[in-house]
Amino acid sequence: MRLTALAASLLLASSVHAADTVKVGFLSTLSGPGAGLGVDIRDGFQLAMKQLNGKLGNLPAEVLIADDQQKPDVAKQEAEKFLKKDKVDFMTGIVFSNIMLAVGPQAFDAKTYYISANAGPSQYAGEQCNPFFFNVAWQNDNLHEAMGKYVQDKGFNNVVVVTPNYPGGKDAVSGFKRYYKGKSEEIYTKLGQLDYAAELAQIRAIKPDALFFFLPGGMGINFVKQFVAAGLSRDIQLFAPGFSADEDVIKAVGAPMLGMFNSSHWAHDFNNPENKRFVADFEKEYGRLPSLYASQGYDAAMLINAAVRDVKGNLSDKAALQKALEAKKFKSVRGDFKFNSNHYPVQNYVLRVIGNDAQGRVTNKTMGTIFTNHADAYVSQCKMK
Amino acid sequence: MTQLFLEQALNGLQFGLMLFLLAAGLTLVFGIMDMINLAHGSLYMVGAYLAATVAAVSGSFIVGVLAAVIGTAIIGALLEVTVLRRLYVRDHLSQVLATFALIMIANESVRLIWGDQAVMLNPPDALSGPLEIAGFSYPAFRLLIIGVGVAVALLLYLVVTRTKVGMWVRAGASNREMAEAMGINVKQLFTLVFAAGAGLCALAGAMLGPLLAVQVGMGESILILAFVVIVIGGIGSIRGALVGSLLVGIVDTMGRALLPWVLREFLPGPVAANLGPALAAISIYLLMAAILFWRPAGLFPARG
Amino acid sequence: MALPESARPPQQSGALYRQTAMRRYLALAVLSALAALPLVLEALDQSFYISFVARVLIFALAATSLNFIVGFGGMVAFGHAAFFGAGAYTVAILMEAGVVSAFISWPLAVGVAALLSLGIGLASLRTRGVYFIMITLAFAQMIFYLFVSLKHWGGDDGLSLLSRSAFGGLDLKDDAVFYWLVLACLAAALFLLDRLAHARFGRVLQAIRENESRMEGLGYPVMRYKLLCFVIGAALAGLAGALLANHSQLASPNLLHWTQSGTLLVMVIVGGVGSLYGGVVGAVVLLLLEELLSGFTNHWHLVLGLILLVVVFRAPKGIAAYTHALFRRGQERE
Repeated sequence: MRLTALAASLLLASSVHAADTVKVGFLSTLSGPGAGLGVDIRDGFQLAMKQLNGKLGNLPAEVLIADDQQKPDVAKQEAEKFLKKDKVDFMTGIVFSNIMLAVGPQAFDAKTYYISANAGPSQYAGEQCNPFFFNVAWQNDNLHEAMGKYVQDKGFNNVVVVTPNYPGGKDAVSGFKRYYKGKSEEIYTKLGQLDYAAELAQIRAIKPDALFFFLPGGMGINFVKQFVAAGLSRDIQLFAPGFSADEDVIKAVGAPMLGMFNSSHWAHDFNNPENKRFVADFEKEYGRLPSLYASQGYDAAMLINAAVRDVKGNLSDKAALQKALEAKKFKSVRGDFKFNSNHYPVQNYVLRVIGNDAQGRVTNKTMGTIFTNHADAYVSQCKMK
Repeated sequence: MTQLFLEQALNGLQFGLMLFLLAAGLTLVFGIMDMINLAHGSLYMVGAYLAATVAAVSGSFIVGVLAAVIGTAIIGALLEVTVLRRLYVRDHLSQVLATFALIMIANESVRLIWGDQAVMLNPPDALSGPLEIAGFSYPAFRLLIIGVGVAVALLLYLVVTRTKVGMWVRAGASNREMAEAMGINVKQLFTLVFAAGAGLCALAGAMLGPLLAVQVGMGESILILAFVVIVIGGIGSIRGALVGSLLVGIVDTMGRALLPWVLREFLPGPVAANLGPALAAISIYLLMAAILFWRPAGLFPARG
Repeated sequence: MALPESARPPQQSGALYRQTAMRRYLALAVLSALAALPLVLEALDQSFYISFVARVLIFALAATSLNFIVGFGGMVAFGHAAFFGAGAYTVAILMEAGVVSAFISWPLAVGVAALLSLGIGLASLRTRGVYFIMITLAFAQMIFYLFVSLKHWGGDDGLSLLSRSAFGGLDLKDDAVFYWLVLACLAAALFLLDRLAHARFGRVLQAIRENESRMEGLGYPVMRYKLLCFVIGAALAGLAGALLANHSQLASPNLLHWTQSGTLLVMVIVGGVGSLYGGVVGAVVLLLLEELLSGFTNHWHLVLGLILLVVVFRAPKGIAAYTHALFRRGQERE
């Protein structure tokens, strides 16, 4: 029925024999309001495929692309097709944790390696960790923890935390407070809220010295715009995890974001040869700066490439493949990192600030390192089989 | 504390007037043509995108707003003549399906033209910060929204009650055959009303763009709120839309601002911490359900 | 203002519930073909599609249940997701509590949905038209926000089922067995609704839809009839929800979102409001189109939107009625 969703068809013009190709099932949110992030991951992945001449580990590769519509039941359907019909060797691409948790068990049952290029749910880092799950991005709490650490170290002692009233938001608060120990007041908003005037008035009354927010998607854009318009940015320093302050949000808000601090494991100004090539090629190919999502999609492809290469294309030896993935023999655009025993990264987290670059564009600048070789808080609960 | 209360009341008023900008056009089209137009939110989105594009090119927010209003009114008129006109005689469910299809088409077209990510639309520099009056500070742009909302409400009132066009509109709405018999060109009139509704949408989109994300799907989240408003007020009634907007704005704002504090006084900590935000999130739906329970046709039923 | 309801062309939707012998044979033929489908697919080594068709049939059941309320009962409800989701969550919550048996959890899913609809119906049926649309939406939204915020039941992540329910000797883990069970549920629901439509209950309901005040004048407890219709539709949606939770082994707030109510309503309108098979046709058409189009382009919403517009203008009473009319025209020509 999927009339050959051959997104990679251009790349693999040569003849394809089922026996000696690598099939990747790329499932992501590609339509509807949440599509921006999925498209960035896809573009990063496709850029890597182009640089690798359509091959993964020297084998011709076929990247099948499907849209999960940000609906868990649709995602499960599409994943089942990848696993049962197309019999893919790897899966990747999912943006949102709730979709990841829905799809994960299917991939694990089918003994197919899932390489997460974004979603990093705590379940898969801890008790439900699985040999078939690898995350090349971060555990969801990591960026919040980094912000908490920085806010703590800088001596802020009166912080307001704003987040939507759902478990993801509460996880963000606990991640932040794992490292921030000062006084804090939490404000929970409605999921998908448009107007923040009431919350901003409360914040003005509380008079905090810093504010940390985790508001995914359009909510973050709304909040930053209204925060600045209320004049609060003069007295209150704004902090956010990197995904609330990356290219997609900057493109929508622009100059009002100047001076905002955020945490990330990657930035486009990282000074290593792999990153320079990635950023230059991405800009040339798509005419925009890559976001952290794009960098994660790119790294996912590079990880698969390295692992397939190291097992010399023998994908049926799952144990060897797992070893090759764990060994991670490629140079990431973020610099060095390694996989922990739960297959989540141990890596550095940096502080970024939004400013003007040499060409006058509003964008992120790396300021310094917050964490070196930082792991996640759940790894001790993981008993990897 | 009183100052905070005052500020929250002002916030409620401003959020309400913001919704009114959108609800006015919706209730007009709904009341006069008896047409459920789900694509109303799409016109709002198109208006915001047009405003953002023109404002970026021309460097002037006002030019952007004007271009958006005129451009969207033209698009609305074209839409009315080509598609929607044939739906007036159809039942509500066909209108729902057709305008739902229009939402899908509009969203994808916007994605094709402007890309997947939100675009930038910022207020003019003079209004980008807060205004301070006697130690009381309030975002200048929100004050502008209050002003525009009040002006639109007044203008609509005057047009509908004092002008010839307004008389035609009222005549065409209450008895279409009679109006036609008396020489009013109802077809043209409806096109005009729809274009005006679309223009109001664009005004809402352009005015809210600097406060809200200009992105695909922005129309649907606010469309639900606009429907809540006009249903509370009574469909087809501009007065109802205004009262409904203000009620929704104030209840929503006060719910978010006060409920968590009030609950904290009366309930144990963890219960209050969980219950407060949950109740605040559904406060306007509770309000609507309660109003419709006691007034099944809204506060100001325009018909019958 | 504008056209009063009575000036509208009369809806003949109820007429489509009337079954001719011809249509009954056709229905039986389709049913047997669907029953044989897993064997064919397995022979073709395309067993993946068994699970896909099962999902389509579950949505067909959900849309059929909504069509009973909208088309037959004349109440345009925009909160059907609440009952769909309630069924799914009931099964998932019971499973988490250790209740695996379908004989306990599925009837309870139906019961919870019915009870919920009784409450919502009692509060909502005072209103009509657009006001009814919006008040049912309001209740569904309240339930959505409740479940998103409840961490205990997974919140935004939803609640996973460790396995499918235990159904006596049947092994529901086998996709073909599960498919046949879904098909049996759908067939039973259609049979039930067909019988209801022809019983006294159905005739009274139809008369109420045509002229409510007259029936009230004649002394019929109009409210009670409408409420019962609403509850029956919701109960069947609860069953569909229980099936979907088993199919995807997940109950998520996504099932409660208002866009889900919208999708079901679109299925009903596309298929044919008030026609017995309208919900089935709509679900099949919409989900097949989604599957086909999304393989071609990421901008498939655009194409789907255009197709839906064509449906509105070419098949004003939905595809089921359209094919019915074509069929009749063909017969007349013979």
